[in-house]
Amino acid sequence: MKLYDYILSPSCYKVRLMASLTGVKLDIRPVDFHPGTEHRSPELLALNPAGSIPILEDGDLVLTESSAMLAYLAAKAAPEWLAGSRPEEAARVQQWLSFSGRLTASLGGARLHEMLLRPGDIGALQTQGVAALRELEAGLFEQSMRGMRFLAAERPTIADIACFPYVALAPDGGVSLDPYPTIRLWSRAVRSLDQFLEMPGIHRLHELKPEPHVEGSEA
Amino acid sequence: MTVKAMIDEWYPVGLLSQLDLKGRKTALMDEPIDVALDADGNARVTGGNGRTLPVRVRYGHVWASLGEPKKELFDIPEADQPGRRFVDVGVVRVRCSPLRAVENFLDIAHFPFVHTDILGAEPHTEVQNYKVEIREEEDEVWATQVKFYQPQAAKSASGGITTEYMYRVPAPTCSVLYKTCPPRPGEWDVITLFVQPLAEDLCDVWPWMALFDDESSMTDLIHFQQTIFLQDRSILENQIPRLLPLDPGMEIPTRADLTSVAYRRWLKRHNYTYGAQLVAQ
Repeated sequence: MKLYDYILSPSCYKVRLMASLTGVKLDIRPVDFHPGTEHRSPELLALNPAGSIPILEDGDLVLTESSAMLAYLAAKAAPEWLAGSRPEEAARVQQWLSFSGRLTASLGGARLHEMLLRPGDIGALQTQGVAALRELEAGLFEQSMRGMRFLAAERPTIADIACFPYVALAPDGGVSLDPYPTIRLWSRAVRSLDQFLEMPGIHRLHELKPEPHVEGSEA
Repeated sequence: MTVKAMIDEWYPVGLLSQLDLKGRKTALMDEPIDVALDADGNARVTGGNGRTLPVRVRYGHVWASLGEPKKELFDIPEADQPGRRFVDVGVVRVRCSPLRAVENFLDIAHFPFVHTDILGAEPHTEVQNYKVEIREEEDEVWATQVKFYQPQAAKSASGGITTEYMYRVPAPTCSVLYKTCPPRPGEWDVITLFVQPLAEDLCDVWPWMALFDDESSMTDLIHFQQTIFLQDRSILENQIPRLLPLDPGMEIPTRADLTSVAYRRWLKRHNYTYGAQLVAQ
């Protein structure tokens, strides 16, 4: 399975993270997105006329939407990451997968503007990003009242992976995560998953390392 | 703040490979500038009042000065050495003092914690003794005999090695790093940090490299360096105070911070204080 990848792209990171969590090996083909704008090259436009990355190739299958890639990886290697049989759960997974597009447009746009000098109305992007974060915070809090730690279920699903990267990287675009305690707890839950993978700007959880042994602590 | 002493220095303002006739609006020390190609294909930088600024094209970048440079742009002899690959890493904007961006580049103690499993790893956290001097003749800060254990020192490294470093600060917002070159012992890889000060707390960073590496693709080399720098970015944006403190009352440095101490001393000596905090608050 071949992933056209950019190390700093949160959408590419979704696919790398999902592959790591589900034990799928990817053949990474790095794309010089910045400064080379290789995603707009004839070779890549032939593959994806939209001119975006990631692109996932597996035999005849060519996917250009990251949510579809998450669904494909899960269906292939770890179906427990897909929605179960409960209608509400299936609906919530779809709801948050679609919602993740708003995170890309707002927080992702703010990040590209603030970090890689891409054009955009930074005030509007940040405002839309804050609105999306408030909605996510409320959604996660309601889930916690239902006894569920993740977006659609008590276990993580592809919906969590679709939303996590742009949220975790919001500060890169000048949007603080300080006002959202439930998002921070959820982010910690995602980062403590077995086989979690980091990317630049998303550090691993040093604080989850084993506690140092303290003399006399047995008592 | 004072702009005066730093106004005659050279600063990076763009990649030569990305210049066009249309031009790009950017800024230098709070002054809006425009960087473009002129009709003859030469780089042209225009200041806020329409005046043409002094320009150099070197190391893949366009350089400009708001004042009257008293010195030529610093030399990197390795830039003319055959066999090296020159890597334009591309701009990254950071909401931090330009001086803090350079100081972070000079620090090695953070490697195991910020660049985990690449430039450092626990428990190899010790910074061994190294030498620091301000070279009077060249008027540059140098740190030499810096050694550090690195799991993956370069794209061309396979497995962990003890890497040797030399750091050089030839201009207030530029640093040049010389580093063990895994495929070619006896030579140094050159990795630079060229910082364009936009404001006292905002900068565009233009990393550039001159490496011996015949294996890695250019994209791999770019991504390796972008990975490292983007790990630093979130740290830099959260440093407090935002301006670099030059008042020694604020902090207690350790031996590992000798390069930073010399850099701050050198800045203070020259009144290079754009982006610095002079009195602890």
